[in-house]
Amino acid sequence: MTARTASQEPTTSGWQQWAAGLLRQQGALIALIAIFLFGVWRYGENFTSEFNLWTLLRNNTYFGLIALGMTFVIMTGGIDLSVGAVVALTAVAAARLSGEGLWVAVAGAIGLGLGVGLINGALIARFRIQPFIVTLATLLAARGGALNLSNNASVSIDFNSNFKDLWRTNVGEVPLPVVITAFAFLLGSIALNLTRFGRHVLAIGGNEEAARLAGLPIARTLVAVYALSGALAGLSGALLAAQGNTGSPIAGIGWELTAIAAVVVGGTLLTGGRGSVWTTLVGVLLLGLIFNELNFERGKGTFELTQYWEEVIRGAFLLLVVILQSRLTRRASASTT
Amino acid sequence: MANVGQTEARPARPAADRVVLPRWLRAAGQTHGAVIALLLLVLFNAIFTTNYLAWSTLRVNLDQVATIVIVGIGMTLVIATGGIDLSVGALMAIAGSLAPLIFDSDWGPLDRPWVGIPLAIVLPILLTGFLGLFNGFLVTYFRIQPIIATLVLYLGGRGIAKALSDGILLDFNNPSFEYLGKGRPLGIPVQVILMAILLLIAAWMMRSTVFGRYILATGGNEPAARLAGVPVSRVKLAVYAISGLLAGLAGLIWAARISAADPYRAGEFMELDAIAAAAVGGTALTGGRATIIGTLLGAVIIQQVRFTLISHNVSDGTTRIVIAAAIILAVLIQRQREQ
Repeated sequence: MTARTASQEPTTSGWQQWAAGLLRQQGALIALIAIFLFGVWRYGENFTSEFNLWTLLRNNTYFGLIALGMTFVIMTGGIDLSVGAVVALTAVAAARLSGEGLWVAVAGAIGLGLGVGLINGALIARFRIQPFIVTLATLLAARGGALNLSNNASVSIDFNSNFKDLWRTNVGEVPLPVVITAFAFLLGSIALNLTRFGRHVLAIGGNEEAARLAGLPIARTLVAVYALSGALAGLSGALLAAQGNTGSPIAGIGWELTAIAAVVVGGTLLTGGRGSVWTTLVGVLLLGLIFNELNFERGKGTFELTQYWEEVIRGAFLLLVVILQSRLTRRASASTT
Repeated sequence: MANVGQTEARPARPAADRVVLPRWLRAAGQTHGAVIALLLLVLFNAIFTTNYLAWSTLRVNLDQVATIVIVGIGMTLVIATGGIDLSVGALMAIAGSLAPLIFDSDWGPLDRPWVGIPLAIVLPILLTGFLGLFNGFLVTYFRIQPIIATLVLYLGGRGIAKALSDGILLDFNNPSFEYLGKGRPLGIPVQVILMAILLLIAAWMMRSTVFGRYILATGGNEPAARLAGVPVSRVKLAVYAISGLLAGLAGLIWAARISAADPYRAGEFMELDAIAAAAVGGTALTGGRATIIGTLLGAVIIQQVRFTLISHNVSDGTTRIVIAAAIILAVLIQRQREQ
């Protein structure tokens, strides 16, 4: 073994390894800073205005929440394709409940999302069906539920209720959705780094068989992770309904891809076992910033870009990131063995 | 022999961690669950659905099942290698959106129907086949998990389809192209004939060709297959490309049948239907075991469930929920068979 390591030494020099490591661990943050500076340089005052930056943050809160849930799911080695549909379902539910007041509507949306998440978790953990099949099926079911609950049309929120405050209230300078999302990420980080639950999540993703043999509560942890993802999607749905004043059964299409892209760009391994909540936040901000700047560029008249291309760009972005991740991980594992 | 070795190598799992289905359900699943389910559906419809046994009803059902089967064949091959293809629905939308751009084009020779129509069929299928190859390339060369690799086109592909048709439903009127979805030589819908031909080819290929053996060997035990000299990467590239080609064909049929390119609804949830058809039919989702005729059976069952619900005025929303539950149940039974 030692002989092999020694013979490999000259082929990859120290700084190359260091650069690869830095790129792997902080690549997203470096890209975020670079793209931000590019925006400051090219779009100036309009870009750095408080209005633009707070709007940018606020409009990415609902992506941030589902990406946070997705981070935990992916760290266990699973995937949750149902989040976009759960957002639609819970946005409709929140709009329907909005007449009962802010708290009831938000609790209803989170509760419904939690319910879908529990079903996902139970089917995955107890019946051992592959996560992508389970969540693809609940995607279909949640869209069906959203159609039923909304009678196949968008549901307006009750304008007399305080539900719309969820989106419009400011805490000091900071919009309430941003406060909620920041708080969720803080809690997520504590749960991942400082609790037994977090260690179990990483252990399951690292090696489920070993975690099982070590006697960890696999089923319970998996159920909790998918329930968390569902509940966060519910909160995301409530925010979306409060933003647009409606709950639409066709909202949230493809959001699962955005969430997965944000998680992966942050450096969380798709195979599970490693990851961080904060890098996901960086991933969300990076994606948000890119589309913000594309908007500015469109405003300058550099190019015509229909919104349909956004989906293509998101897809291409995910592609680029997984390819980079696959290259960097392979290089890392080649240099450590 | 190889089978015995595999079962022994699998570590035993504590029973507390998984739920076991009741014995009668497992037994039914292990023997002829799919056939029984289909017979029950047919029996129910024969009694409770008006005009169910009419030739026109059968034709409508065959019409609708054909696209699921055509996509399902490709999906079965991909699943047999241990992969999955989530992009098929989006590829259908791309093919359907590209075709009218070609046959409605005024550009040069495309204006002539005997050039425009064949090209409007060949080019979209080639494009989706190429995109399928691209999926396979991500899976083999970059070793990205099939779910993620095909997820890129699952969403990005629909974006391409929307960009092609400017995000609107594009009506067209072109009888020669629409023949693909509406033609009835000898009273039989064209897509049913295509489906039957493709079924025969695929079944023969899985049963009697080296390529078929390679597919099963790749899905059964990839490292062993590699050591045995199976060109694993090329086999995978081929199945994803085939899946793309078939999805393209299904997308053209779909567009031809409704005389429109609809980038939103074309192939929506088709990946789920195709996966479910394969799973219900008895193809192991973990790879290594596949049955083409089973996929036909699975597709017919799914289509019959949907037909039964819709013809009894169950809402679209509830239909989706029931289909989702049926898919989970089917996969669950399939899974118990694997263990």
